[in-house]
Amino acid sequence: MTEQAKITARGVSVFYGANRAIDDVSIDIDRDNVTAFIGPSGCGKSTFLRALNRMNDTVANARVTGEIRLDGEDIYAPEMDVVQLRARVGMVFQKPNPFPKSIYENVAYGPRIHGLAAGKSQLDEIVERSLRRAGLWDEVKDRLADSGTTLSGGQQQRLCIARAIAVDPEVILMDEPCSALDPVATARIEELIHELKGRYAIVIVTHNMQQAARVSQRTAFFHLGALIEYGSTSDIFTNPREPRTRDYITGRYG
Amino acid sequence: MATGHEHTVKAFDDDIAQLRALISQMGGLAEQAIADAIVALQRNDAELAGRVRDADRVIDTIEAQAEQLAVRIIALRAPMANDLREVVAALKIAGVIERIGDYAKNIAKRVPLIVSETRIEPISTLPAMARMAREMVREALDAFAARDAEAAIRVCESDHALDNYYDSIFRTLLTHMIENPKTITQVAHLMFVAKNLERIGDHATNVAEMVYFAATGTKLTDRGAHAA
Amino acid sequence: MNSAADPIARAPTDWKGAAMQRRLRRRYRAEWCFRLLGLSAVVGSAAFLAVLLVAVLGNGVGGFVQTRVALPIDLARQGIAIDPARLRGPGANLALAAANIEGATDAAAIAAFGTGGDDLLSDSAWLTVRDAIKADPTLLARRVTIAVPAADGIDSAAKGHGDAAEQVSFARLQTRGAISRGVDWGFLTGADSTDATSAGIWGALKGSIFTMLVTLVLAFPIGMLAALYLEEYAPRNRWTDLIEVSINNLAAVPSITFGLLGLAVFLGTMHLPRSAPLVGGLTLALMTMPVIVIAGRNAIKGVPPSIRDAALGIGASPVQVVFHHVLPLALPGILTGTIIGMARALGETAPLLLIGMRAFIAAPPKGFIDPSSVLPVQIFLWSDQIDRGFVEKTSAAIIVLLLFLFAMNGIAIYLRNRFETRW
Repeated sequence: MTEQAKITARGVSVFYGANRAIDDVSIDIDRDNVTAFIGPSGCGKSTFLRALNRMNDTVANARVTGEIRLDGEDIYAPEMDVVQLRARVGMVFQKPNPFPKSIYENVAYGPRIHGLAAGKSQLDEIVERSLRRAGLWDEVKDRLADSGTTLSGGQQQRLCIARAIAVDPEVILMDEPCSALDPVATARIEELIHELKGRYAIVIVTHNMQQAARVSQRTAFFHLGALIEYGSTSDIFTNPREPRTRDYITGRYG
Repeated sequence: MATGHEHTVKAFDDDIAQLRALISQMGGLAEQAIADAIVALQRNDAELAGRVRDADRVIDTIEAQAEQLAVRIIALRAPMANDLREVVAALKIAGVIERIGDYAKNIAKRVPLIVSETRIEPISTLPAMARMAREMVREALDAFAARDAEAAIRVCESDHALDNYYDSIFRTLLTHMIENPKTITQVAHLMFVAKNLERIGDHATNVAEMVYFAATGTKLTDRGAHAA
Repeated sequence: MNSAADPIARAPTDWKGAAMQRRLRRRYRAEWCFRLLGLSAVVGSAAFLAVLLVAVLGNGVGGFVQTRVALPIDLARQGIAIDPARLRGPGANLALAAANIEGATDAAAIAAFGTGGDDLLSDSAWLTVRDAIKADPTLLARRVTIAVPAADGIDSAAKGHGDAAEQVSFARLQTRGAISRGVDWGFLTGADSTDATSAGIWGALKGSIFTMLVTLVLAFPIGMLAALYLEEYAPRNRWTDLIEVSINNLAAVPSITFGLLGLAVFLGTMHLPRSAPLVGGLTLALMTMPVIVIAGRNAIKGVPPSIRDAALGIGASPVQVVFHHVLPLALPGILTGTIIGMARALGETAPLLLIGMRAFIAAPPKGFIDPSSVLPVQIFLWSDQIDRGFVEKTSAAIIVLLLFLFAMNGIAIYLRNRFETRW
């Protein structure tokens, strides 16, 4: 298991001021699998996700203790450059948030600021490849100059995924990516996640258990800031070990 | 935290309860059918045998209802973990009980064929075997109602005794056939009756295995020995 | 569903009953009243604006119109000693200055209109004759009639304001057919003068342009960058709260205080030249900056955090997030604040009076450190003058000020619309 682990967390706690949001969580994220974080509202799954690419740094009174390592490197060490970390660990958010620029610019922005393309033709290549991988190329190839905000919700979310892919990350974090989308768009995103699976380590936070069951190979159940159970998705959903996991999954929670 | 064992959506609990009630109802009818069939055999009661055959239709109807309800629960409620195992187990148990009912009906159908002028002694051994089989069915259904894995294990273990009983009855009937060639037809039917009872015991074991799976999530690998 | 009886039983609501109908009518009436009030407010404001504009235009349009007298002048006979050949060369102005064109003009006027005829013409009438000669040197050999600006009194009489004597003279000239009217281009191109008929707005206009440039160049970048820093980088503690309160107060400080500050610091300590656009611009920049900072902070606060998150998420540094994403989206708001601030600065008189822009400046400023005036101060100075001609000029100057303001706002609004991105 540890050879496969892309991200390892040990004894991680996240505090907002005096309030402890994540309590001593240790977990290994595989590099070849989709890992789902499930749990009721306020259980800390989004907070923990954001700790993996240091997005909590933007919150004034957030404090992270414990150790998180990406390929063995401690991401909270002073030598780690946060900006580069966030290029290696990309994020897709709940509400699709394309930049108010053209579709081309949306995807090209990341490679441009990180210097990943030597010239315009290389940049074009990166944009096309990212849009193809996100399953959006055929729909937008004739209108790359249109604003990203003219797309439908599902297309916008795929654009955001293409934008994240464009900087060639190693891990993609997804924070409830489909909760604002209709079932058809959701199904396309889930299919996309399946296609991206081998190439990137994917962690998806979802409050939709059926989605976690469909999309992931490993599932972690969080409750009140603690990691209650972590195992293969089929085990968690057919025969969970912990009673709290079972109660949440079968709808006996609350 | 969890507030007991009820679903947040109460109608889900109602659906599961209804499914379990159907299974129990079927089980009770099947048990009764076994008892009636053997009594009819003993007393040579053709009318009772006819009633057993008609009652089997009720069992079939209930099985269809249970199946439909189980499919609906899966489609509409998306059951997970133990709920899912329960529904799948209930679905399979319904089919098994339906077959138990068929075997009881089969016994009843042979009643008019076993009429004979001379008394056939080995008939008297069959009620005891039937009682055993009925006990197994009842215990399996009780284990189902109580979601009791331990009781399920005991049912599987008692299948040995029933098999042994069947072996001895078989030898007895064979000997009787050899010694009384005129009664070969009737005794042959009696052998089938004994076989049906043995099969009923096997099916009761199937039910117990389903109950164990629903309760624990693992399969009983060996009959009589369970996975740790 | 509920097996027990409903604990809060109530009778079904009667939506059509009398009580409901009364409520309905009261609500409709209240809404209609509110709409009427709103409409009245809008109409009232528009009416006030219309009255203001009509009054200003009514008073000021006359300032753009110049009354001219057709002066017959025999240049050959007047004895103007100029060699026509010299007029084409580089020494033309010198030659013209040497010839006594002013005297010739006066003489021609007396000859044409009798004694006191030179009083009928403007003091700068001879400049028109000089310009005509310069344009067409062949005039020196002929007798021509040149339309020269009339005197202040004749001008007033032409516009219906003069006293009895002026009216008589005007009537006399009119019967002779010597009166003509035309656009007073000199008003727009000439500098200030003591003579109402030759006073022009160009000096003040140029001064205003220079001052506004200095104000813009100083206030906009500093205000915008301060707003960005305070919103994006500054930690939230007591010091930043103090700064925020200070800036809010600064925006409300009376403008004359800035004038005192300018007097003390820029003129007293730094010894910058008095009444220069540079000093005026510095003072007004101090006044405008808080407005831009406040508007800028609000605009930056209005950029949704999802955009920042998205940019941070793909690895943009904080500086890149601010300049590539936050600033373009906040720019319309910042520009709005700038428009408001600059418009206020354009109309400010008190602080500029204190730093010395109240002097009579006869020539337009050539650079940022030449003494100059600004439009509002010019209007103030003219409104103090006795000559009737200045009354019109004051209103005309107000029109020019308003046009300048509209032009400035127009550019800013155009820029704001250019940057406005649709969500």
